[in-house]
Amino acid sequence: MDILTLFVVIPVLTVLALIFSKGIKQHRVVALIGFIIQTLMSFNLIYQYLHERAAGNNDVMVFTKDVMWFAPMNIHYAIGVDGISVLMILLTSIIVLTGIFISWKVDDLPKEFFISLIVLASGVYGFFISVDLFTMFVFYEIAVIPMYLLIGIWGSGPREYAAMKLTIMLMGASALLLVGILGVYFNSNADGGALTFNIFEIAKVNIPISAQKLFFPFLFIGFAVIGALFPFHTWSPDGHASAPTAVSMLHAGVLMKLGGYGIFRVAMFVMPAGAHYWANFFMVLAVIGVFYGALAAIKQKDLKYINAYSSVSHLGLVLLGLLMMNEIAWKGAMLQSLSHGFITALFFAMIGVIYGRTHTRIVTKMSGLLNVIPVAGALYVIAGMANLGLPGFSGFVAEMNIFVGAFQHADTFHRVITIIAVSSIVVTAVYILRVVGMMLMGPTTPEFKNLPKISWYEKTGTYILVLFIVLIGIFPFWWGGIISDSIGPFIEKILTF
Amino acid sequence: MDLNSLMLMRHELILTLLILILLVVDIVFTGENKKKVSYIAVGLFAVYTVIGFLPLKEGTLFGGMFETNRMIFTFKNILNIGVLLISLLSINWLNNKSLKHQKIGEFFILLFSSLLGMFFLISSRNFLMLYLSLELSTLPVTALAAYDIYSRKSSEAGIKLILSAALSSGIFLFGISFIYAAGGSLYFHDLVGNIGHSYLSIAGLVMFFAGFAFKISLVPFHFWTADVYEGAPTPVSNYLSVISKSAAVFILMITLFVTFRELIDIWVPMLYGISILTMFIGNFFALRQQNLKRFLAFSSVAQAGFVMMGMLAADKLAVATVIYFMAIYIFSNIGAFGVVQIVSIFSGKENIDDYNGFYRTNPNLALVLMLSLFSLAGIPPIAGFFGKFFLYTSAASKGYYLLVFIAVVNVTISLYYYLLVVRAAFLRRSDNPIPYFKNDVLTRIGLIIVVVSLFLIGLYSPLYDYINSVVNVLNI
Repeated sequence: MDILTLFVVIPVLTVLALIFSKGIKQHRVVALIGFIIQTLMSFNLIYQYLHERAAGNNDVMVFTKDVMWFAPMNIHYAIGVDGISVLMILLTSIIVLTGIFISWKVDDLPKEFFISLIVLASGVYGFFISVDLFTMFVFYEIAVIPMYLLIGIWGSGPREYAAMKLTIMLMGASALLLVGILGVYFNSNADGGALTFNIFEIAKVNIPISAQKLFFPFLFIGFAVIGALFPFHTWSPDGHASAPTAVSMLHAGVLMKLGGYGIFRVAMFVMPAGAHYWANFFMVLAVIGVFYGALAAIKQKDLKYINAYSSVSHLGLVLLGLLMMNEIAWKGAMLQSLSHGFITALFFAMIGVIYGRTHTRIVTKMSGLLNVIPVAGALYVIAGMANLGLPGFSGFVAEMNIFVGAFQHADTFHRVITIIAVSSIVVTAVYILRVVGMMLMGPTTPEFKNLPKISWYEKTGTYILVLFIVLIGIFPFWWGGIISDSIGPFIEKILTF
Repeated sequence: MDLNSLMLMRHELILTLLILILLVVDIVFTGENKKKVSYIAVGLFAVYTVIGFLPLKEGTLFGGMFETNRMIFTFKNILNIGVLLISLLSINWLNNKSLKHQKIGEFFILLFSSLLGMFFLISSRNFLMLYLSLELSTLPVTALAAYDIYSRKSSEAGIKLILSAALSSGIFLFGISFIYAAGGSLYFHDLVGNIGHSYLSIAGLVMFFAGFAFKISLVPFHFWTADVYEGAPTPVSNYLSVISKSAAVFILMITLFVTFRELIDIWVPMLYGISILTMFIGNFFALRQQNLKRFLAFSSVAQAGFVMMGMLAADKLAVATVIYFMAIYIFSNIGAFGVVQIVSIFSGKENIDDYNGFYRTNPNLALVLMLSLFSLAGIPPIAGFFGKFFLYTSAASKGYYLLVFIAVVNVTISLYYYLLVVRAAFLRRSDNPIPYFKNDVLTRIGLIIVVVSLFLIGLYSPLYDYINSVVNVLNI
């Protein structure tokens, strides 16, 4: 079995083991073992990948495998990874692992909880390793549907409404995606070859410009809905607010990254002409998302809503970076995907920790928590500082790259867009510092005088996340290097079509 | 005609024999032993289903009225499996004390007679033969719909079904007479290329189509569906929604693609419009249903719309795709109806709200229900997704992107109402949930086969390749 397929097989085996395990302790241990194996596998994958590149393997995709699946339609189970997907897989495995720690105490239907989480993770892994559009689409939907159960069963607040809204919007997006994929598929013989779903085969074909203009928005919006593009972001705040902690982490940390990744790898890569044609239009939407998300976060009182709107804002930057159409901005967008994944996961983990103790997420009802739970408070501050782009943390590196890339365009339109986007940083600082000030500083609210200390499993989970946030912040070139090594084919295809 | 060529009708002959045996068995077993009839019937049918898979020669009989080939053979086997599953799931109900009469033999005899009619239907190559077998397949079902004679609703369903069936047969026959007038023959192979583009032939086609549209419950001929499905005993609704529908879809597809090829410019726009109407109306009505049987009735109306979309391409791939989709649809719907039926027998509850908290009391049944509904909605990795995806591909291959877009919008709508059931069963809690109950072995075997098939048919692609290879017998 090749090392990529294992990423789908191990979750399936974990699910089987979970079905036959009894009692919450066994469930926890089985799930934990499964995710530790996956994390080790993702480290191993990076090691093997770097090794392969160092050995002079210059293929676009390494560890490829191609098995015919449905021959009449030329559908393959085709997999392979490049630097970007390797890092995304690492992100996924870390966040799922920490998610298990954070949801150590799940008491209602624990087996089903872990199974849904694992199915979700396997869908995400599958998505990142696919190079065949059909396979990718299958994994995308596998990743989306467990969210319904995860939010609906274990969520809080208006969980039924939020779960339904999220599922219907994301599935509606996948409907657009499907039309886009079929449009690409039936144009993949434009140069006389066979119809194919393989991304790299399609990329060799010159899809007619009219078809690109028609189908690019389908693919772009299809992916962008999950990437919380304005005005399709409305599922995200409700979904995040109602979801249990681990699911919010996984969702904001990983699932939303499927959007940016898909846009880059599929929509822009196979239809560069369409991308150039539509870039400005979507750029306006993205920048509205960036600024509007930040403004909306100021107005919120619920910690999860603040963070959800912050995600809308930061993921808008990913889309903006992708649409800026140059290497630095792309690198920044991918780094931002990674960095935001870790930061937002840490944020949601800390919200979970605080909520687990105070049983409220309303900022105005809490005060002076830093005196009672200092570790949790400090970690929250770290997440906040990383989020607003303090140097030394990952957020700074990523956003810097995006803005540097964006400023390389000298025309007024791009300048205006970039300036608006940059100014969102100030707004970000406002809503982060506002929460830190109100909730953590000041005199302690009387009823919260005796909150329990942060426990070992919560510490383990969050320390891992902090480690990675700092690692990206301190060694940006290592992470950026892996990404830039793989960005070559994109430059060749999208910028010089 | 010698024995060898008669063996081309092996499916039909053995099934007839089986029906005759059951008639005798039904007389022999009386009183307390009556329950054994159902086990004998299902056992014999299981053996027969296995025999059905033995290799078969191809050819025609009765001067070309009856044809069998690999494609028809495959489809008959699919139908056999479907009927076997329905029988397995209905034993519990037949032996239940709530059923006041003990006419177990009749149930299976009628069921299998109707299946026999389906077999002649999909094998027929002559319009008269088609008509006769259509009647043979419909009349026993109308009796079955009224099977629970002490229930008003069941009798009502029987009457409704027979009235609408009689009406559709009338329209159908009228259409056939027009076609005869236009083409000068009733044999499919004589008609190919001889129908011509006249008002007569177009009127014939439309009426012929309308007759089948009743069977498939396409909009605007769907009005009987919900009432009959709700009133009839659940195994019968199940049979109507899968076996009856797929046989009709199959033969309609073959006649349109081969016999009415000349009129393709007429029936493609017709299918296009009907497909959109059927999807939207089926889905919108399903949204508001509380009774699960009505809910599944409208969902099956909507599914028929998707099938019509897949038929637009009118090539071999479309035939294979539709057969593949119908096979998946049979398993998905049997799974969903099966659970509804089991719960309805045990507790008499049929509304969506009654299912609140279902997962916490009956996790296995709830899972089967969820997987079947997800398959109907088209969620990977369950088979329904692959079936639907290939239908889209089939339509998109001829450039019907707009229709594909409408269809995927409809899938999203349908996902909403399928999730309503999942919501009740999984998300909600209830003070008064359906209590835990144990199913008998046969029911469990039936449901396990359904679930395994739901995963296998989709992920295991050689099945699709096989269906693709058998449609090569068609000359289109």
